[in-house]
Amino acid sequence: MADDQTTSNRAYWRANLKWVGILMTIWFVVSYGCGILFVNQLNQIELGGFKLGFWFAQQGSIYVFVILIAVYVKVMNGLDHKYGAKKS
Amino acid sequence: MDVQTWTYLLVGITFALYIGIAIWARAGSTGEFYVAGGGVPALANGMATAADWMSAASFISMAGIISFTGYDGSVYLMGWTGGYVLLALLLAPYLRKFGKFTVPDFVGDRYYSKTARLVALICAIFISFTYVCGQMRGVGVVFSRFLSVEIEMGVIIGMTIVFFYAVLGGMKGITYTQVAQYCVLIFAFMVPAIFISLMMTGNPVPQLGFGSEVTGEGVFLLDKLDGLSQDLGFAPYTDGSKGMVDIFFITMALMVGTAGLPHVIIRFYTVKKVSAARVSAFWALLFIAILYTTAPAVAVFARTNLLESVPNKPYAEAPGWIKSWEEAGLIAWLDKNKDGKIQYAPGKPFEGKLTYDEKNRGENGERLITNPPSDGPNELYVDRDIMVLANPEIAQLPNWVVALVAAGGLAAALSTAAGLLLVISTSVAHDLVKKTFVPGLDDKKELLIARCAAGFAVVIAGYFGINPPGFVAEVVAFAFGLAASSFFPVIILGIFSTRMNREGAISGMITGIVFTTAYIIYFKFINPTANSVENWWFGISPEGIGTLGMIINFAVAFIISGLTKRPPQDVVDMVEGIREPEAEGEELAVSDH
Repeated sequence: MADDQTTSNRAYWRANLKWVGILMTIWFVVSYGCGILFVNQLNQIELGGFKLGFWFAQQGSIYVFVILIAVYVKVMNGLDHKYGAKKS
Repeated sequence: MDVQTWTYLLVGITFALYIGIAIWARAGSTGEFYVAGGGVPALANGMATAADWMSAASFISMAGIISFTGYDGSVYLMGWTGGYVLLALLLAPYLRKFGKFTVPDFVGDRYYSKTARLVALICAIFISFTYVCGQMRGVGVVFSRFLSVEIEMGVIIGMTIVFFYAVLGGMKGITYTQVAQYCVLIFAFMVPAIFISLMMTGNPVPQLGFGSEVTGEGVFLLDKLDGLSQDLGFAPYTDGSKGMVDIFFITMALMVGTAGLPHVIIRFYTVKKVSAARVSAFWALLFIAILYTTAPAVAVFARTNLLESVPNKPYAEAPGWIKSWEEAGLIAWLDKNKDGKIQYAPGKPFEGKLTYDEKNRGENGERLITNPPSDGPNELYVDRDIMVLANPEIAQLPNWVVALVAAGGLAAALSTAAGLLLVISTSVAHDLVKKTFVPGLDDKKELLIARCAAGFAVVIAGYFGINPPGFVAEVVAFAFGLAASSFFPVIILGIFSTRMNREGAISGMITGIVFTTAYIIYFKFINPTANSVENWWFGISPEGIGTLGMIINFAVAFIISGLTKRPPQDVVDMVEGIREPEAEGEELAVSDH
């Protein structure tokens, strides 16, 4: 039984790391990528009155951050439910 | 009614509200004092976290800084919100699962070392004090401008209020007060922003308004602002002037530094379950994002108004807000060419720290200053902190809106100050006295010590609010750099590596701190004249150096831990424990052994 529990916990932790990895990649791309490293290229594109790079730096990245945490909450609470239910 | 009556009224009502809540929610045990008994609903905790997080710097200073730096100001927007993502994904759920009161607690147990606990403790107290001083300056500015009381008196009033509900209510009182303060501050920030957005662009949503066309002119607001800036010799607003490497490192230092701020981490101990900690992190960022996406819009509106209404105007015809803020000591005009008009251009108007000539007035009625003039053509000094507070006046909004902003600024400053004072008192009573000197301390005595420590901290913070050290801005850069180069790596490694041991963590923390501190002290205090891009390492300013400190910390920790022996089995088990899923219906106690 103890081994089953360990295997289940390992699987949970791996799933956790995978999701955190995906979300952190997006986090990096929208802020450091779109808002800083490629800001000049993106600024060539206009979105209404905004230059796109400027928009990502001052608006877009923040919206994406909120969505990232929403996804994280949903996924992790789901994983807790899936793996936590087997416990005890 | 005039602005001052409105301000007294609104500030009076909100203060009465805060005190009422504190009496209703006062704490009876150390559990309630430190973490509100662990039983705050996720939504309320999210609001409280948002108020705790958004300080006077966010409410009063941030939009002002962005207003004056344009694209460069993005570092604060991305840094402070992006850091929150780090906190929510990498730290908060695990620290909640760990279930102790404080960050030094985690560091001490995870690295089975009193030294590690003590280093973390000193950092926590230093960072918190630095922050509190900044809040007190915010309180002073609001009071001196809107209530015409001396800054000293303003700070004392503010401190009394915070003292009352922090010392009496502890975390429970603070949490519910912060919920009220969030409502006040967000309302106060949004109302003028919506008004001004409507007036300038016809769009009621500020986030969209600053990307819209200026009413009746057929040109996009940002394009117009870029043009106005360039006409006066400034860099285009949407381009900025800092180097890309520096922007990258500053953003990273702010992100990582914020994630390590002790007063925000402690908030996640106030909910019952790990899942609730995650949900409240979501609410908190949503509530923060409302202000953070509005701030850049406010910055653009304020900047456009300033550049349209002031340059080349005769002082005699300058708008009223120029004169009222001049009286408050945050605007100054030095008529270098004696033409009676206000010339505004890049560069500083005079040398050194602003000092007024208290006895004489200039021929146009302006306050004279005693500083030697600088070489450039610029004649106008505007303190960046005033942009949000002056914005409603600049846009000629009704008096009650102006007063509302004052109440909001106070809410932002007081909520953060209270959270920080709690960290200081917890650190002293719990980590220092109980865990280090008097292990057998009972609950009642610990609570008393915590209250005394909070009271003591209030007095010290008040002193620094009245006599602000001339180097507040420098010290804030310091606080972030320190949090980035010390806390963040050890907590991350403590959770995500079972191999990381005491030797690695301590040596990493110490090299990180020493490196960052040395760099900042050299450029800010020892040799400030060398503080320019050609002398910086890799073009990284002292504001961004915490990022490099963090990298060094990680590297040293890995190398040293690889060379020394593994951590003991019970610590490995503990780390495995915080990685486990939460069982159905499991409620975490806040343990305190």
